[in-house]
Amino acid sequence: MSEEIVTPEQGTAEAPKPVLPPPLAEVTGAFPEATLEESATGQNVVRVDAGRLVEFTQACRDAGFEMFIDVTAVDYRRQRPGPRYDVVILLLSLQHNLRIRILAGVDGEVPTAPSITSVYPGANFYEREVYDLFGIEFTGHPDLTRIMLPDDWSGHPLRKDSPVGSVPIQFKGTNKVQ
Amino acid sequence: MSEETTTEDKGAPSTPPASEGERRRLQEMWATGTEEPSWVTASTAEGAQLMLPRDNASPDEVAEEGGTLVVDDRLFDEDASEEETTILNMGPQHPSTHGVLRLQLELEGEIVRRVKPVIGYLHTGMEKTGETLTFLQGPTNVTRMDYLAPFHNELCFSLATEALLGIELPPRAQAIRILMTELNRVSSHLTWVATQGMDLGALSMMIYGIRERELLLAFFEKTTGLRMNHNYIRPGGVAADLPDGWEDDVAEILQRIPEGMDDYHDLLTNNPIFLGRTQGVGVITPEECFAYGITGPPLRAAGVDWDLRKSQPYSGIEQYEFDVPLGEHGDVYDRYTVRMEEMRQSLRIVAQVMETMPAGDYRSEDLKVTPPPRKRIDESMEALIHHFKIFTEGFKVPAGEHYQAIEGPRGELGHYVVSNGEAKPWRLHCRTPSFANIQALPVMMADQLIADSIAIIASIDPVLGDVDR
Repeated sequence: MSEEIVTPEQGTAEAPKPVLPPPLAEVTGAFPEATLEESATGQNVVRVDAGRLVEFTQACRDAGFEMFIDVTAVDYRRQRPGPRYDVVILLLSLQHNLRIRILAGVDGEVPTAPSITSVYPGANFYEREVYDLFGIEFTGHPDLTRIMLPDDWSGHPLRKDSPVGSVPIQFKGTNKVQ
Repeated sequence: MSEETTTEDKGAPSTPPASEGERRRLQEMWATGTEEPSWVTASTAEGAQLMLPRDNASPDEVAEEGGTLVVDDRLFDEDASEEETTILNMGPQHPSTHGVLRLQLELEGEIVRRVKPVIGYLHTGMEKTGETLTFLQGPTNVTRMDYLAPFHNELCFSLATEALLGIELPPRAQAIRILMTELNRVSSHLTWVATQGMDLGALSMMIYGIRERELLLAFFEKTTGLRMNHNYIRPGGVAADLPDGWEDDVAEILQRIPEGMDDYHDLLTNNPIFLGRTQGVGVITPEECFAYGITGPPLRAAGVDWDLRKSQPYSGIEQYEFDVPLGEHGDVYDRYTVRMEEMRQSLRIVAQVMETMPAGDYRSEDLKVTPPPRKRIDESMEALIHHFKIFTEGFKVPAGEHYQAIEGPRGELGHYVVSNGEAKPWRLHCRTPSFANIQALPVMMADQLIADSIAIIASIDPVLGDVDR
């Protein structure tokens, strides 16, 4: 496998020019570095600096995005220039009937992003899951431990350099139980 | 915490860094009441994933486990000291945890002080598996996540794929999808009402609920060939048309399930013991629902009028009339009444689908995703090759990402699909409602009696396949 970046095939669907609905436009107006991402299916996608995630989600919450939906991550290994991982945060506004997807690129041997548990307590389990399966650390998380896999598991299985079948099956504590 | 510390074997002679080892040693000392390590505790220990003693835990962690992080609605005075509390491990092998859910309860007498859900016992890496399957094979994978609502999982994945493909479905395919998912909602809620009754001691409720569910499963088997994990709803439509005489089966379902529900109301709704065990138990406020991402019946029981079928309709569900039942107090009883009424509303949708079932094709006309009909394969070599390639290589989906959410029986079911232009998804993430609901168990259970914890677990209707994936 070569280290060069493979550019994905571009979508054939005509991507509409991203225009944000009013409550969201106000939020992004206060964050000049936040950029709108093109979405092939017309969803509201905003990319922000990982360092400003907490402020941005707080602003979203103040603008009416009261419902926490999801935190996850995507590993774009060899797919694009720039940071390897995207932390993906999904929020929902019931009063405006709007969704927003917030992307923040993180990179490094131990990728690090700020925890949004102070804004949305529900992010707790979701960030633990991302930490467990991707190895992205969330600073400021109250209890950052593995959640799906046992504590003594090595590696992070949803990373793209951890292919299916590459790890011998690990059983925990088999030598201890008679 | 670095990777090295988490991989430390407890029996290995190398010494772990002090903080992590000390944390673990204190944890085990506290949980077992002795410094002697034993294989019994070692085999059930989950290390740092377990509940920590109050002195070692951060204030946020204690508030989270005590359910007071968002709204501090504690009823009893907080004067528990370590000496007065007991740790009770409930599960993972416990009949009322609905699967392999483990709850650590810190008890003071009969009052639950702190709760820590420990999950992951059913983790099978289905999101990773999803990356190795083509978009056409995808439903076989996702249908096994929430095994009580397989059609909803398939529908959500298919809608996300179709959004990226940009294909439209014929009206009959959409109507069949609504018919199956709404029947599935009824069968899922029937399993819930059966187990909710059983967990509270109404054992006959289990038999009645499963009795009516059998009608639905028989219809699913007749239509799809399987009682669960159907792989029936696929990108591009459904796998097969409805069987001959399906109207008779659905008419029988529409007649017999309301009759059964009258029995349930006699058995539970008018039962003073059931009311006493459920009313005012496990209250969750709308504010806490938002903070924890609680959707579906628990959110509506808290009085929030939010149903994705109304607010963000999918698959043509907006053309059918139905009401969204709401609760008032957000307790176990309201979640019960909301789900019972949802069953009636789902049957109402099913009756309308049956009356207005459009004629036409049951799958998309798009040759890219739809295999050629069987009889074309006998007469055309190209059709045979096309058929072969669709089922071996799959079809390519344009690059892009899409989050699709539908109203599952347990709440918002969302699939986040990232495609890089290949036939397999680059990333498949499933936002499952049970995962969010399990996380909010401390909010509902802390400060309640231990007997009520059983009622509360049943009332959020967790499916552990959905939690752990």
